[in-house]
Parts: sequence; C-alpha cells; structure tokens
Amino acid sequence: MTYQSRVYLSFGSMAALLLIVGFFQSWSVAFAILNLCLISSVMVLGVNMQWGYAGLFNAGVMGFAAMGGVAAVLVSAPPVQEAWQAGGAGIVLSFAIAIATAVAVGVVHWKMKSGDLAKFAVITAIIVIGFVLYRMNLDPAVEAIEAVEPAKTGFLGGLGLPILFSWAVGGLLAAGVAWIIGKIALGLRSDYFAIATLGISEIIVAILKNEDWLTRGVKNVNGLPRPVPYEIDVQQSPFYQGIADQLGVSIVEFSSIYVKLCYSALFLVVLLVIFYLSEKALKAPWGRMMRAIRDNEVSANAMGKHVTGRHLQVFILGSAVIGIAGAMLTTIDGQFTPASYQPLRFTFLVWVMVIVGGSGNNLGSVIGGFVIWFFWIEAEPIGLWMMDLITSGMAPENALRLHLIESASHMRLIMMGAILLLVLRFSAKGILPEQDRQSHR
Amino acid sequence: MSYLIGQNMTGGYGRGADILHDCTVGVEKGEIAVIVGPNGAGKSTAMKAVFGMLNLREGSVVIDGEDITGLSPQARVRKGMAFVPQTENVFPSMTVEDNLRMGAFVREDDITDSMEQVFGLFPILEEKRLQPAGELSGGQRQQVAVGRALMTQPKVLMLDEPTAGVSPIVMDELFDRIIEVARTGIAILMVEQNAKQALNIADKGYVLVQGRNRFTDTGAALLADPEVRKAFLGG
Amino acid sequence: MDLLNALVALANYILVPGIAYGSQLALGALGVTVVYGILRFSNFAHGETMSAGAMFAILFMWLFQSLGITIAPLPTIVLGLIPAILCMIVYLLITDRFVYRYYREQKAKPVIFLVASTGLMFLTNGIIRFIIGPDEQRVSDGARFVMKAREFKQLTGLNEGLAIKTSQLITVLAAVAIVVALFWFLEKTKSGKSMRAYSDNENLALLSGINPDRVVMIAWTLTAILATVAGALYGLDKGYKPFTYLQLLLPVFASAIVGGLGSPIGAIVGGFVIAFSEVTITYAFKKVIKYLAPDAWAPEGLVQLLSTDYKFAVSFVILVVVLIVMPTGIFKGKSL
Repeated sequence: MTYQSRVYLSFGSMAALLLIVGFFQSWSVAFAILNLCLISSVMVLGVNMQWGYAGLFNAGVMGFAAMGGVAAVLVSAPPVQEAWQAGGAGIVLSFAIAIATAVAVGVVHWKMKSGDLAKFAVITAIIVIGFVLYRMNLDPAVEAIEAVEPAKTGFLGGLGLPILFSWAVGGLLAAGVAWIIGKIALGLRSDYFAIATLGISEIIVAILKNEDWLTRGVKNVNGLPRPVPYEIDVQQSPFYQGIADQLGVSIVEFSSIYVKLCYSALFLVVLLVIFYLSEKALKAPWGRMMRAIRDNEVSANAMGKHVTGRHLQVFILGSAVIGIAGAMLTTIDGQFTPASYQPLRFTFLVWVMVIVGGSGNNLGSVIGGFVIWFFWIEAEPIGLWMMDLITSGMAPENALRLHLIESASHMRLIMMGAILLLVLRFSAKGILPEQDRQSHR
Repeated sequence: MSYLIGQNMTGGYGRGADILHDCTVGVEKGEIAVIVGPNGAGKSTAMKAVFGMLNLREGSVVIDGEDITGLSPQARVRKGMAFVPQTENVFPSMTVEDNLRMGAFVREDDITDSMEQVFGLFPILEEKRLQPAGELSGGQRQQVAVGRALMTQPKVLMLDEPTAGVSPIVMDELFDRIIEVARTGIAILMVEQNAKQALNIADKGYVLVQGRNRFTDTGAALLADPEVRKAFLGG
Repeated sequence: MDLLNALVALANYILVPGIAYGSQLALGALGVTVVYGILRFSNFAHGETMSAGAMFAILFMWLFQSLGITIAPLPTIVLGLIPAILCMIVYLLITDRFVYRYYREQKAKPVIFLVASTGLMFLTNGIIRFIIGPDEQRVSDGARFVMKAREFKQLTGLNEGLAIKTSQLITVLAAVAIVVALFWFLEKTKSGKSMRAYSDNENLALLSGINPDRVVMIAWTLTAILATVAGALYGLDKGYKPFTYLQLLLPVFASAIVGGLGSPIGAIVGGFVIAFSEVTITYAFKKVIKYLAPDAWAPEGLVQLLSTDYKFAVSFVILVVVLIVMPTGIFKGKSL
C-alpha cells in the first residue's frame, strides 16, 4: 500500500467511524468526540515534535496540559476584588521576595568563586532568610484570600478577559516551565530527563490541587466564560429557530450541535495552523537537523551542532503546543478540575497516540489523536460488552461475573498498555510512517 | 596447516561494506604471529573475524582441524580461544583477583594453579590482588587483561594491540611476558601498531594493506625485506 | 527548655518513620538499580512491580487467613511474601520474554526501553486494578505496636511518647536481612560476581563465557524479591492503595539517582537521604520548638516548612540539585 492510499484510507475510516456514531448514536455525541479528537491531535502534535522530531521522552505531558488549564482560569475567570483587597498585596510581596531571593542566589553564584565553602554558606543563608520572609508574607495573605466567600470564590480570580486569550497564555506558561526543566535536565541522560519531566508534572498538579488561593484547588473553578454562544441563547433566537425548522430538527438538538460545531471550527483553525507550522519546521533545515541529531547524536555533536540547545528549542515549542491544547480542553469543559489531571489520561494516552499514529509524522499524529481518542471513549462500552459476553454463561449474581463487570472500566488501562507495547514491537512506524527518513532507528 | 587459521576471509561489520578481502592469517601452537600494517588496513578486523565478531561472506576459520566458522565468540571461548580487546579489557570495579576469577568463569575445576601461574608471570598482580582493576595504571591493567584471558586455559591467545598507550619500557616488558606465554605452548595471535618491535618477537608476520595480505613471512624475513622496511617500518 | 521531651518528639515523628520509610525506599531503589546495572535502562514500571508484588502478598494473606494460618503477633502478610515473590519472578520473566528481550536483541536505544517500560507500567496497573480493585486494602493484622506511646510515657515519665509500630520494626528487620543477603550474593557468590562483571563490562563478560541470558534472569529474580518486599512493606506501613505506587516512583528514582544509578550502596544511602528529607521538611516543628524555646517565643503557626501535600516536591528538588551539582550521584553509579 502506498503512503498516499494509507493516508486516504486512515482518514476515510476515521470519518466513517464518526459518521456511524452520528447516525446510530447521536450527532451530538459524534461532535463531542470530534472536538476532543481535535484537541488531542493538537496535543499529540506537540509531543510528536519532542519525540518524533528529536527523540525526547517527555513523561510529564500532564503537567504542561495543566499549565494550559491554569491559563484558562487566570485569563478568563472574573477577578475577585475582595480577595485582592484581602491578600493581593501579600501575595505580590511574597512573590517579589521569592524573585529577589532567586536573583540574589544567582548573583552570589556568578560572583563568588565556585567550590568555596563560604559560597555554599551564603547561598544557604539567602535561601533560608528568603524562605522565611516569603512564608511570613504568603501565609496570612493566603489565609485571608481563602476566607473570602470560600464556598463561591476564596481565590484571587482571573483577569476576566475572553477565554480565547488563554490559549496563547497557556502555551506561554507551558513554555516557561519547559524552559526551566529543559535547562536543568536536557543534556543529561535520556532517563534523567524523563524522570525530571515526570516529577515536575506531579508537582504542578499537586500545586493546583492544594493552592486554593490560586485556582480554588479541588473545589474547582466552574462556569468559565465561553468563546461560543450558549445553547439557551441559540434556542431563544428566532433566527436559529428558523434554520432548525428548515432542517427539520428540534431546536434543542440544533442548539447543542451548533455550539459544538462552533467549537469544532475554532479547534480546527488551531489544529491547521499548528499543523502547517509543524510541517514547515519539519521540512526546513531546522527539522532536518533535528532528525539528524535524533538518529545520531554522537556524530551530530562531532559536527559541532549544539545538541542540547536544539533539544531545548524543540522541547519548549512542543510543550507550548501541549499547553495550548490544555487550555483548549479547559475551555470546552467550561471548568477547571485539578483532580482530573491523571497521568494515564494526559501523559500516557497522548504517548499512545503519538506512537500509534506514527512517530515523526505530523499527519500520523493527527490520525493517532483521532483513532485513540475514539477508542478511549468507546473502550468502556466495548470492555463492558466483552465482559458481558465472557460471563454470559454465569448466573447473574455470580461473584466473579459481578467482579469482572465492575472491573470493565480498568480494561482501558490494560488495553492502552497493550496497544502501546504491541505497536511499539510489531509496527514501530505506526499508522502513517515517517516520510523521507534517511536512516532507520 | 596451522593450528588456528582464518582462510580467505571476506566480510565486514553488519551489512556494511567488506573490509577484508580474501585475507588469511594463522598461527601454530607455541608460536607468535603478528598482524601489522598501516592505519585502517583491517588488522583488528582480521583478528575479530577469526574470533567470530563479524560475519564472513566467504572463507572459513579452522582450529585444530575443526571448522568453527559458524560459532559465536562465546562458543569459541569454550573451544580454547581467548581474546583481549584493545580497550575496556578489565572489569574496573572488581578486584584484580575477581577479574582473574571471572576469566575462569566457565571452568569447573580448581583454578588456584592457573592463578599462581598468572601471578608468577605478572608478580605485580599478586601484590595488587585486592585492589579494583580500575585503579591500576595502564600497563598494569593490560597485565590484568592478559591474565584474565589466560585464566580460561586457552590454546590460542589473541591480543588486540596490547601495547597501545603504554610506555616503551612497559612495552618491552609486556613483549617479554608474551614470549614466556608462547613458550608454554599457547598460540599467540596479535595485532600491533609498533611493527618493528612486534616483528622482532614474531615467528610469523602478516602485513595487511586495505584488508588484503600484502606480505607474509617469518618475522625476521619481513624485518630484513627492504620493501617492507621502506613502506611499513620507516626505513 | 526541655531537651529530653524535644528529642523524644523528634525520634517519634522523624527518626522512627524516617527509618521505616527510608528502608522501603532503599529496597525500591535497589530494584531500580539492579535493572539499570544489568539491563541498562530506567525501569518506569518498577513502581507497579512493587504494587503487584504487594497485591500478590495480600492475596496470599487472604488465603492464609481464610485457612486460619496466622503467625501472630506478626502480620500474616509476611507469610504471603514468599509465594508472592515466586509469582512476581514468573511475571517479570514473562514480561522480559515478551517485551524487553526483543529490544535487547535489536540493541535498541535506552529510550525505547523507557517507552516500553512505561507501557508495561500502565498494563500492570490495569491488571492490578482488575484483580484487586482500586480501593484501599487494610493489611495489618497481628499486634499493631511493639511499643505504644502510652507505655513509653509510663516507662520514662516524659510528656512525649515514642511509638514503634510492628510494621515499622518488620520493615527495618526485613530490609536489613534482604540487603545483607543481596550484598553477600553480589560479593561472595560466583553468580553474583558474574552479575557485577556483566554490569561492569558487558563485552568482556561475554568474552569470559558469562551467559547473558542467565545474568538477565537473575537480575529479574532479584528485582522481584526487592520489589515485592518493598511494595508489601510500604503497604503494611501505610495501607495498600494501588494508585500510590505511581507516585512512589518519583522518590524511588530520586533515591537511586541521588545515590548513583547502578550503585547498590548508593541506592541505600539515597533512600535514607530522600526519606529523612521528606519527613523532616514536612514535619511541623511547633511542638519541638515549644520544648526548646522560652514560652514567649512559642510560634503561632505549625512551623512546617512544606505541607505534606508536597512531599513529592522534596524528592524532586533534591533530585534536581543532584542532577545539577553531581549528575552521577553520591557514589558515582554505573555498575553493581
């Protein structure tokens, strides 16, 4: 099968699957899946830059996606004036102290001779004093903020801007985190980098779960503004009622699909832009060099390529794309729920998408995002159906049968793990293999 | 026919281009055979081919009349061949004694005699027996490497540039020891960069150029050959 | 100023839990280090291997309990360890046969092993949840305490109590026994030395006739023992919850890297460094300061450097500092 026909076949089948869902389940469900597929594809494009282009194993996709979620809250949530009055100054001051401490450590680090015991002592002293001052200012401020109507707000709120801005901000925040982690862990061995990314993502999510003053923690931030109309407004508009009548569908169903279509259009624009840029970059000398480095780091190093610097670039860019996708996801959810950031859903699933789609191929990333998301959503019904089939011979109240049916939801984990291992082993190139690749492995 | 011989060997690493072309090297029991030649002549490759570390497209390796062309390097160890790589030829974090014990890993019998022999040959090793091999000097490490290989009680000892990176005094010393080993009846096949000194102790010499046999004769004859002297021994 | 009470409080809240947690981390890190030393990749599935080992130990514990076999005052799970270890050896050898062996033969890059081990991590996690469910399981039966806080107070007449849980004592004893056995194996036996040789210089080990398949098999066997004991002890100490082992991966790896990946002594030292840092930094020092400082200085807050929610951040920060300052770790890891 030629590459061209593989592309048509895979995208054709995917479209057919979505159409089947549309006709047999409901169009609303079909578009809901489509929207998440689009977001997934964007996220996969980001991971593909890191893994497919450069061979970097980012085990912390979750953390970068969460930075996008934070951006959505910080940009779009309405500001809470009382909270700002109660503790805003304290927060600002304590962060100023934190920055000053970091700067002081940096200055000492540059100015004093390294290996000096005095230097170590000075740095430790600065950190201790800085930390004490930081906590002395932060703690009462946090307490004051979290006391402001804790059931409704209890946090500083955001800027009250349109949520679409948060997509860019999410990218920037994720890029910032990537810069810090990349500076530390890139250039070391690949597993150190993987562990560092794993660690930072766990910590980001821990912060989001516990710092109530920032994002309300596990109390979630609900009711984020939308970039598209609300169903209720669509239903009440005579203009849309007319269209619905002409199409012969109920206005309720029409409004639901219309809103989802608006999201789809927005997501599609982002996907296309990022896809176009990714392809451009991949085909450009920059992308060729990146792949050359991936395939032979030693000789690239010997040729004088600055491997670590290149890796830092691609890591930051990829993370920014993941951050954008994370902000998009929080946008469509309309709420920010830190507890929903699970490594399985946000790191591992995206990895399966990259590898199944075809590492190094952007089109492959898109199809990987679509296919895997589709089956992720359908895995539970399939698993349940399978368990039902296996246990159909047993009595309805059989303990094993009940256990198996109850455990069907864990089939997802097993299935995704198995898919990753099988594809990696037997079809390492994925659905759409990387094109014009010079050397193998 | 020689005790060990690699005949008409043609081949290279993996699926890469051929490095050896119809190359033949061999050695008798109790003799020293030396492979010399310019950089990139395929000297080490020829030796690795004899040891089964690359795929031969043509040719064969025969030891004591038995064809071992198809055997893995590990299997050749059991046939009585021992190989000392040029670099990374000791277990750095293990003591000298444990290095020697690892050399005798496949043996089930008592190894104390072999250990005594190695210590007799390289007295410094007995002195440093409890020191990690990674902490020794370059020359001492080469002794550990040769000692480890001898612990397998080989019939053939293969050395890949044993004197690389050691001082001239240590080199002479090592060559003396190698002669001593050969006197015990072991066949020695080695690759050497220091062609003149090596041919001096060689019973047989192979001059390779671009993976082919260029000159083959006794060490003394090669040293005397004006053409060899001019092209390979610097006059 | 009451030095004695302060010291007892520190021992009770930092020393005792720190030693127990450190032992668990050390065993976990040893498992990571063995795999790294022999197979040369960081095994991301190790957390789940520990979890699976603990799960098997619990399943056998239930079996023994239902048969009425207990070893009171010791918890029954100790009895379940041996069959659990056997199950884990089988499981790890199966995964090696079907996952890692192929990449070994291909001489794949370490990062491919990393991705494969991540796949295995989630597969194992799924199997665990499938078998035992995602809920917490209580595993401690038998005597709960070796020494109760109240008894200690009566004995010494101090205000502060010092409690030692049975699980903590067992953890430490088991860890010491396992570590001694492991070092004896690596230093004294021929098989153990061949492992070290293989870890030191793979090619030379092959040239010496050491069988790589056997070395790999022994490595997984050791890993099964270490992981099962570590996982079961952690579950015994803190309660068994399938999802906690994923989070345990970070401190375990931090321990192994801080000590020096591939160095067994490093893994042990690293385990205690991480454990004590975590416990100390998340401990509220209010009580201790109250004993030491004059009343007027008594602090208002808890004097806790970091809330326990961020205990993983502690291992991460230590990890980052080590990566920046000395990437090879304290013991310059590389070989067993």
